[in-house]
Amino acid sequence: MRRIRKVHVLVALSAVALCVPASGAGKASGLPSKIGKGEGKLTMIAWEGYLDAKWVKPFVKQTGCKVQAKYAGTSDEMVTLMRTGGGGQYDMVSASGDASLRLIYGKDVQPVNTNLVPSWKQFFKAFQSPPNNTVGGQHYGISLQWGPNTLLYNTKKVKPAPTSWSAIYSSKYKGRITVPNNPIQIADVALYLSKTQPSLGIKDPYELNQKQFNAAIALIKRQKPLIKKYWGLSSDEVSLFKNGDAWIGASWPVTTGSIQAAKVPVKEIIPKEGATGWLDTWMLSSKAKHPNCAYKWYGYISSPKVQALQATTYGETPVNKLACVEMNKLSKGSCHTYHADAPESYYRSIKFWKTPVADCGNGQKNCMDYRKWVNAWNQAVS
Amino acid sequence: MGERLESGGLVAPARGGPPVQEARRRVSAAFWRHSWLRAVALLVPPLGWFLLLYVAALAVLFVSAFWSVDVFTTKVVHVWNVDNFKQIVDSAAWRRVVARTVVIAALVTITDAVLAFPFAYYMARVAKRRTRALLFVLVLLPLWSSYLVRVYAWKVILAQDGILNWSLTKIGLPAANIGYSNTAMWVVFSYIWLPFMILPIYAALERIPNSFIEASRDLGGRGFRTFRSVILPLALPGVLAGSIFTFSLTLGDYITPTLVGGASSTFIGNVVYNTGLGASGDLPFAAAFASIPLIVMAIYLALARRAGAFEAL
Repeated sequence: MRRIRKVHVLVALSAVALCVPASGAGKASGLPSKIGKGEGKLTMIAWEGYLDAKWVKPFVKQTGCKVQAKYAGTSDEMVTLMRTGGGGQYDMVSASGDASLRLIYGKDVQPVNTNLVPSWKQFFKAFQSPPNNTVGGQHYGISLQWGPNTLLYNTKKVKPAPTSWSAIYSSKYKGRITVPNNPIQIADVALYLSKTQPSLGIKDPYELNQKQFNAAIALIKRQKPLIKKYWGLSSDEVSLFKNGDAWIGASWPVTTGSIQAAKVPVKEIIPKEGATGWLDTWMLSSKAKHPNCAYKWYGYISSPKVQALQATTYGETPVNKLACVEMNKLSKGSCHTYHADAPESYYRSIKFWKTPVADCGNGQKNCMDYRKWVNAWNQAVS
Repeated sequence: MGERLESGGLVAPARGGPPVQEARRRVSAAFWRHSWLRAVALLVPPLGWFLLLYVAALAVLFVSAFWSVDVFTTKVVHVWNVDNFKQIVDSAAWRRVVARTVVIAALVTITDAVLAFPFAYYMARVAKRRTRALLFVLVLLPLWSSYLVRVYAWKVILAQDGILNWSLTKIGLPAANIGYSNTAMWVVFSYIWLPFMILPIYAALERIPNSFIEASRDLGGRGFRTFRSVILPLALPGVLAGSIFTFSLTLGDYITPTLVGGASSTFIGNVVYNTGLGASGDLPFAAAFASIPLIVMAIYLALARRAGAFEAL
């Protein structure tokens, strides 16, 4: 009995010894200068549909890095998952703009060397160093895909066709409106107010002072009696529209696609006030155990072909300029449909999600931070 | 531990030499002589389990309710304060959530009691043996399928284009339009927890001796009088026992409000989920909020105990 036990201990010790150099690679003080041999495994937190076999299988074949996926339904879940067990359980996360700064400031993710990602130079300028994943010149991850937050409506029930966000604040469609149950939704309200009440002086919907913030919350409270349901998951919104409970609401392109696939007559628009948008970033955990595989993933997922494949499969827009041609090869006209050929000015018109912080960006620190957003949102919709 | 195992004879005796056997004999003699030792050895594992995993978890919940989180990193700061509780009391929104949860839990309890009593009465005192078995199966059948599936089914039934509205319009009535509302929650909760009310009432009614009812009849008590003065008082502990289930289960639920609730259907459980696991990651605040149902239940149980509910469990 005893001898067997000793053997066990030896095995365990050697296993630990083997792991140490592997885990040490990512923790080097500076940025890595080259990609080493793959560790054979990659654990990732992703949005449902982001690790489709269509592009994951070829990656595993090419690199030998087996992908272990954990799907999250909300940004908050992603942040929580990245922090569980002290981090290190997952290597990468496909964080959206409302989560990325939280992960950066919480020191849950590490800077990435963009020189090791060849396709990064092919990205649209706006997505190379966007403020939601680049802080102080450090790149905390590589941008992935983006999409606008659109106004979705049932073309049979909502007439005339809406052109403004005012449709979801008017009592005309009382009890038929749905909006996401997400604190970042305050930015949508602020964007609407910036156009309809210019006296408030809202310049950036993510940088709100107390007065502007209060105005937004007041509008949310006025809107509440008109709402059928605040949707949590994209699938919730699909069933709301499918069963006729909702006629109009704030949505994502991928949701619109699912609802249209269910033969419900819906249409999505970007209203005249403009729209907010989300930009997802593959971020690398500060305690990643498989950094080499992670860098291999960066190289792979940023390449034009894979970018195009994910964009057309999921229904979103690639950040790589060269993906446009590939998209049209996969599905004719898809590049234009998803605005992957739009000029830079178009991207600048979309107000991309970013975690609100107290620093207003103009030297003043009187902006409402994310915690205040969450508190106010939770109470306003409860 | 080792001694206890050996005394229980779990180790094969053949391999043990004389000193081992001697030790074993001594241990078992000690157990035989001191009955308290036996009791301790028997109770320590389950009690330890209970204290460590059950009571300790509750204690940690209570303690962390008095901490706070760092605004920036959302990591817990271990400084004692009552800010979390103050926030709950000060905020009209949070007070509304607590009131809504308690009121709906109470409504569900009353509804279930009203529905369950005649059913349980029929099962216990009227139905023949075979009918009773059939009714038992019918009551328990829903519990064999997942809670989630049943709530989802209701979501589909109550939806705008769902079965309910479809049936109503077919027979010429206006559509009910109760999908995604507090009414929907009330209906679904009442449905889901009904078996938990029927069974304790049945147990209480079944225990009433026939002679009591005969005695009441002999003394001239008619149907209603017998019911009011004999059956109801004796069944009340069963109703209260059932109400503990329906009330506490509704009080702690957060899935049904998420699935069938509307824009103003947030429950205590949803706030705990949103603030603790959600965006703010404010576990201390969530802990403070989670202790509210505990306090409500403690009061409720104290009242139920006074009314003798635990005699029927």
